[in-house]
Amino acid sequence: MTKTLSGVLLEDHLELSLNDLCQACSRPAEWVIELVEYGAIEPIGEEQLNWRFNVDSLQRARTAMRLQRDLDINLAGIALALDLLDEIKRLRTDLHINGSYLT
Amino acid sequence: MDFQDYYKIMGLERSATQDEIKRAYRKLARKYHPDVSKEADAEQRFKEVGEAYEVLKDPQKRAAYDQLGANWKAGSDFNPPPDWDAGFEFTGGGYTQGDASAYSDFFESLFGKGGFNPYQSDQGRRGYRSRGEDHHAKVLIDLEDAYKGATRAITLTSPELDNSGHVVNKQRTLNVKIPKGVKQGQKIRLAGQGSAGMGNGPAGDLYLEIEFKPHSLYRVEGHDVYLDLPLAPWEAALGASVKVPTPAGPVDLKIAPGTKNGRKLRLKGKGIPAAKAGDLYVVPQITLPDANTAKAKELYKKMQEEMAYNPRSAMGV
Repeated sequence: MTKTLSGVLLEDHLELSLNDLCQACSRPAEWVIELVEYGAIEPIGEEQLNWRFNVDSLQRARTAMRLQRDLDINLAGIALALDLLDEIKRLRTDLHINGSYLT
Repeated sequence: MDFQDYYKIMGLERSATQDEIKRAYRKLARKYHPDVSKEADAEQRFKEVGEAYEVLKDPQKRAAYDQLGANWKAGSDFNPPPDWDAGFEFTGGGYTQGDASAYSDFFESLFGKGGFNPYQSDQGRRGYRSRGEDHHAKVLIDLEDAYKGATRAITLTSPELDNSGHVVNKQRTLNVKIPKGVKQGQKIRLAGQGSAGMGNGPAGDLYLEIEFKPHSLYRVEGHDVYLDLPLAPWEAALGASVKVPTPAGPVDLKIAPGTKNGRKLRLKGKGIPAAKAGDLYVVPQITLPDANTAKAKELYKKMQEEMAYNPRSAMGV
């Protein structure tokens, strides 16, 4: 009999540390800092030591990690791709909500 | 085991140059990258293309693959001929990148599993004692599960080292509680359910990403849910009380007289029940009864004669 596990639901307001983000992406802190410098993700807080990241940043950082690994894109390109992917997602959501017609 | 036609997968002739192979790979990798592509089988295609490139980009592996001959068709039952690789040397073992579960049995039968190191990340290499890697997986649920909560059995495959140091794919099944109120894309963190740590280091975490199965009635955006509701013309024109399905069970909905097509009606708090519950939006879809009987035709004719209605008046015609 397998026992049933309960996890922690990562709410939108949940914040991760720089270390959490490095761990989740298997990348060093320097890499995450570079993502911030390119504006690919935005930390909460001024001091690098006290940076916090929201769940959206976790998502973006993991996508960045995969794009870099698989497509050999540099960070400037990744930041651009992330913004364009967001825009496509927003447009798709609009289309989806409005079904096949637009009012 | 099925034969894999790596040239066909990459859309190339067997005579393709190394440059052509590289170009084809880059193009297909962008096309099928799971973060970019919306095609349903993108992940599978991406893996196939990666595997094909792994072989064709390396002149030694490509030459060995080529001498299997051009007569094989993708999908035919395949066993490597004895000594098929005699005279070829694969530097650095089979894998040079990627993860073990990504390669087909066909690939493994030819190029083996050597050279793959599950602790290849910087995290793993750094010290004797280190935390295990985090794992990430998706879990598919029904919209109704987000309303009520559910328990899902999740089977995960991950490469691990056995006692003799070989990589084996281990399967394990976890029963996971899906709390009510989850939304598309939200993550659940299960502490300590990732890879085992090294040298008594703690295990990594498992992140599960929630994904809703497509529903025939509802569309979901965040915690809000959308439903198209068909209405008869007289229900929309005169108002009515109609039964409406919701993921939490049917409700009676008052339709105001003069309801317009597509004008959303909000049922506050009837979306996904999170801390701040989402709303349910009902989108009226006015449908026309068929004029396929004498009686129906007569009724339409009567409306035409007695109602002064020009749907194109705003067009100035």
